[in-house]
Amino acid sequence: MKVGVIAYQGSFEEHALQLKRAFDALSIQGEIVAVKRPSELSQVDGIIIPGGESTTIGIVAQKLGVLDVLKEKISQGLPVMGTCAGSIMLAKEVTDAKVGKKSQPLLGVMDATVVRNYYGRQRESFEAVLDFSVIGGGKAKVVFIRAPAITKVWGRTKELLSFGESKVMVQEDNMLATTFHPELSGTTAVHEYFLSMIKK
Amino acid sequence: MRLYSLSYSEIEEFFYKLAEFKDVLKDNNLLTFTPELQKDIPEVSEGTVRVKHAFPIFQKGGVVMDVTNVEQAKIAEEAGATAVMVLDKLPYDVRKAGGVARMADPKIVEEVMNSITIPVMAKVRIGHYYEAKVLEALGVDMIDESEVLTPADEEHHINKWEFKVPFVNGARNLGEALRRITEGTSMIRTKGEPGTGNVSEAVKHMKLMNSEIKSLVFMEEEDRVKKAREYQVPYQLVELVAKLRRLPIVNFAAGGIATPADAALMMWLGSDGIFVGSGIFKSQDPLERAKAVVLATANWEYPEIVLEAQKMISEQKSMMGIDIKTLKPEELLQVRGL
Repeated sequence: MKVGVIAYQGSFEEHALQLKRAFDALSIQGEIVAVKRPSELSQVDGIIIPGGESTTIGIVAQKLGVLDVLKEKISQGLPVMGTCAGSIMLAKEVTDAKVGKKSQPLLGVMDATVVRNYYGRQRESFEAVLDFSVIGGGKAKVVFIRAPAITKVWGRTKELLSFGESKVMVQEDNMLATTFHPELSGTTAVHEYFLSMIKK
Repeated sequence: MRLYSLSYSEIEEFFYKLAEFKDVLKDNNLLTFTPELQKDIPEVSEGTVRVKHAFPIFQKGGVVMDVTNVEQAKIAEEAGATAVMVLDKLPYDVRKAGGVARMADPKIVEEVMNSITIPVMAKVRIGHYYEAKVLEALGVDMIDESEVLTPADEEHHINKWEFKVPFVNGARNLGEALRRITEGTSMIRTKGEPGTGNVSEAVKHMKLMNSEIKSLVFMEEEDRVKKAREYQVPYQLVELVAKLRRLPIVNFAAGGIATPADAALMMWLGSDGIFVGSGIFKSQDPLERAKAVVLATANWEYPEIVLEAQKMISEQKSMMGIDIKTLKPEELLQVRGL
């Protein structure tokens, strides 16, 4: 199994390590591929879009022609996990809590509304304990960094986890989105769940 | 893509265990020194070390650009910067103007915060606890305790554990970097020689730090104890660096970066990302240059993409730059705050 990580910017190294740990936990012979160019996309069985700045990731991915290829692959069923900025990239509707609508290059494939910087700025960023029993994990501490929130889902998108008034983990068929950072947590539950989506 | 031996949560666990140890001593009246961390934190909490150390992770592979107004901040955002740093004057102008350089006008910082979606950072003078408190109250995303401004305290840096907002500090070598981490900073950047458009000092600092880390890895334990004393930091932190073979927090390059190739060079040397000061808005092609530096930083492993980025700019439009050798010792900014 080959899993790609979009590796321009953000928590891509953290995702790669967490992915390696998840492979070990599930005894899967897996390979991790850094994806920066369209050619690297053709080899992967699943793809992770890490946390970072969604504007930066979108601009660079568009410039190198990765965005269009990725969009097509996802709509053909390629399993994808987007965390934080990744969830913004996936959502069909994106606004900013303060600045409002902004045009930025996105994938726009998931039936969900995401509000950027929902909780505020870095000062309002926080850690919280989430219960991952819905995907077969335990309780774990996770961080929300200038996090977005998934405020609305429709169509085939289903909520997996919520925190307060918003959804923090949702799934639409082959697409998984989280607004927190499983790659910075002490649990591999989310990555293991994503690998199970690839196997199917 | 680098794979490290410890995950983020394991590194954070290390910092919390150190704090817990101090708390135990304090509970037994064996320590009067105020502990740096709180051990019993509620399930949901803001501004913890885990939250502060996480912020710069999402800057990795990115470019933070110095800006002086809203217009420049919008250009930076449009070009794909991961954050902007708001200053009163660009380092090049600080150098020319002389006098006392202080934190930027909070009104301008606030205007920038309200007009873009990416994080906003601002600089405070070394040791100026209250400029930092003011910026924290304003709500900037990260504070740069910077040698570009005139130091307010010649002896001490700010105790950064006391803040909810993460800090970034400059360092010329491993000792400086580890001392800043001990003071609670969340991110390190090389000092370079700011405002010169000359990358040579940043290269020197990054290479020195790399070789110092390498020598720690192959050192006997007793020599690491000696190193910890030399660096004036806890021995445990030195051990962590040796185990990780890198700094335990994010490490950027700064000071004199002016072109896409400069940025790629620093990434190749092991930087996690780039700060560009005067390099962009002191050039004559800021938007194109900003886009090019972003592209080169994110794709530094591919010379053909860096080439494409380098073609987007014109060398005739680069800032003139200053040869470091022509600067008098008292004109160097990097020697501030050791």
